[in-house]
Amino acid sequence: MTTEPLLGVPPQQFRLDPPPEEPRRRRLPFSPWHLALMPIAAVMLLPLVWMVAVSLETDAQSHAFPPLLFPKSFQFENYKTAFNAVPFAHFFLNSLLYSLTTVAGNLLFCSLAAYAFARMRFRGSNILFVVFLATLMVPFQVLIIPTFLIVKHLGMVDSVGGLIVPNLCNAFGIFLLRQFFRTLPIELEEAARIDGTSRLGILFKIVLPLSLPALATLGIIQFMWSWNDFLWPLIIINSDTHAPLQLGLSMFQGAHAQHWNLLMAATVMSQLPMLIVFLFAQRWFVQSLAFSGMKQ
Amino acid sequence: MTWAKRALGSEHLAGWAFVAPAVILIGLFGIFPIVWSGVISFQANDLTSPPHGVGFANYRALAKDPAFRTAAKHTLIYTVLFVPISIAGAMAIAVALNRRIRGIRFYRLAVFIPVVTSTVATGIVFLWLLDPTFGLVNWILHGLGLPQQKFLQDPNQALYCIVAMTVWSWLGFDVIIYLAALQGIPRDLLEAAEIDGASKWSSFRTIVVPLLGPATLFLTVWSTINALQLFDEIYVTTRGGPLSSTTVIVYYLYQQAFQFFNGGYGAAIAYVLFVAILIVTVIQLWVGNRRVHYSS
Repeated sequence: MTTEPLLGVPPQQFRLDPPPEEPRRRRLPFSPWHLALMPIAAVMLLPLVWMVAVSLETDAQSHAFPPLLFPKSFQFENYKTAFNAVPFAHFFLNSLLYSLTTVAGNLLFCSLAAYAFARMRFRGSNILFVVFLATLMVPFQVLIIPTFLIVKHLGMVDSVGGLIVPNLCNAFGIFLLRQFFRTLPIELEEAARIDGTSRLGILFKIVLPLSLPALATLGIIQFMWSWNDFLWPLIIINSDTHAPLQLGLSMFQGAHAQHWNLLMAATVMSQLPMLIVFLFAQRWFVQSLAFSGMKQ
Repeated sequence: MTWAKRALGSEHLAGWAFVAPAVILIGLFGIFPIVWSGVISFQANDLTSPPHGVGFANYRALAKDPAFRTAAKHTLIYTVLFVPISIAGAMAIAVALNRRIRGIRFYRLAVFIPVVTSTVATGIVFLWLLDPTFGLVNWILHGLGLPQQKFLQDPNQALYCIVAMTVWSWLGFDVIIYLAALQGIPRDLLEAAEIDGASKWSSFRTIVVPLLGPATLFLTVWSTINALQLFDEIYVTTRGGPLSSTTVIVYYLYQQAFQFFNGGYGAAIAYVLFVAILIVTVIQLWVGNRRVHYSS
C-alpha cells in the first residue's frame, strides 16, 4: 500500500505527539568521536593481538576453522621451541650490534660534519653540503649493486661488519644536526673560543650537551631503521648465525611456514624489544618522527 | 712557512678534518656507487667474473621486456592506490585524534604501534590474517554471509591485499606528521570561523585542509617515493606471485641482480627507477608548491 507521506514524514513514523523521550539534542554520555575511534583502534590492533593469541595456541588450534578467538590454554613452550629452532640469540645480538654501532657512528660522524657545516667556514663547504643533500634523493636500489661489490672487495660479505660499514654515516643526520646546531646561541661558543677551547672541545662540551633533542631524534630514527632493515641484510648475509632479527625471522618463516603458532611466537619475540622501547619512550618516538618529517 | 701557518691557522683545514669521516663514508657508499651503478648498467656483469661493456644493450632489452613493463604497471597501480588512500585516511584519523577525550592516549597508541612493527612481521601476520583456509578475515566474511576469498593467493586480489597491508603499516607515520601539523593551526582561527557561523565541515574544508597543505605535500612526495620502492612486504608475503601479479619494479630488480645475477640489467632497472622517481618528485613539488600556501 502506498500512501503519500504527510509533511514529508513516512506515514508509519508520523505522530502528532512528540515521542516520549525527545532524542533531539540529547547528549551521548561519551564523546561521539569514540564511535569513530573505537573501530579504527580495533582494526589497527587486531593483527597484533591475534599475533599474540596464535603464538599461544597449539599447532592444531592454530589450524582450526573458525579461528580460536582466545587460546584455550597458554602454550608458552611455543616460545621456547621457536627460540631453539633457529639461532635466535644470534639474531638478537646481531641486530643489537648492527643498530647500536650504526647509531653511534651516525651520532659521531654526523655531529662532526654538521658542526663544521654549521659553524666553520672552509673552502668548498657549500658545494660539499649540496652534494651531501643530493645523495638523499638517490634511492637505495641504485646504490645496492655497487655497494654489494664494494663490501665484497672489502671481504665483508656475510658478516655483521658488512651490514654496518655502509650505514655508519648518513647525509640525513648531517642535515638534521646542522639545522639544529644553527639554532643554538653562538655567544657561548665565542666565549669558549676566547678562553682558548678547541673546536673539538666546543663541540663536545658545549654544542652536543645542548643538542640532546636532535641527537635523540637522529638516534631513534637510525635505530628504528637498522633494527627493521631487511633488504640490505637479505643481500649480503647468507648464514643464519650472521643474520639480524628481521632476516632471521624471514628465514624462520621459510623453514616453518606451516607452524603458525611457532611462527607467531617467533614474530612476537622479534617485535618485543622494539615495542617495549616504544612503549617507554613513545613521546620521544613520536616527536622524532614528526621532526624528521617536518624537516625533510 | 707563512703559507703553512695560514693554512693551519685558518679554518679550512679544521673544517675539512671535521667532515673527513663523512666525506669518506658518504663518498664511498653514497656517491661513488651512483657513478659505478651507471657504469654497470652498460655492462654484462654477473657480480663475480670480470664484466665487459655492452653499450646500451641492457636499456634496449629493458624497453622491450614485457616482464619489466608488467612490473612497472603493478608498481604504478600500487602507488596510485596506496598514496591517496593512506594520506586521506591519515588526515581523517589525525583530525579525530586531535582532541582531548578520555582514552585518547590509547587510540593514539593503537594507531602508532604498526609504525614500529617491522615490515617482515607485518607481512607474516597478514599472511595469516588473509590465509584462505584458516585466516581471520575469511572467517569474518563467513560470519557476514559473504563468499570466501583467496586474497594473496588470487592473482586478481593479491596486489590490493598488499595495498591494504601497507596502508595499515604506514598510516601511523602519516598520522604523526598530520598531528604535528594540526598543532600548528591556531585555535582562534577555528573559533572565529565558528562564531561567523561556519559549520564544522566547511571550516575543515576551508581552513584545516589548506593549512595542512605543506604536510600533505610532504607526505605525498614521501609516500610516492616509498611506494615506488616497495619490496620487503612483497618478498615476505607473495615473492611476486601468484603468476607475477605482485612483481613490482624493485622485486624484479632484486630477482634480476641477485637471483639471476644479471647485475648490468639490474643496474639499468635501478637507473630507470631513479629517473622515474626524480621526475615524479619534481612534478609533485612543482604542482604542490603552486597550490600549497606556507604560512610564515
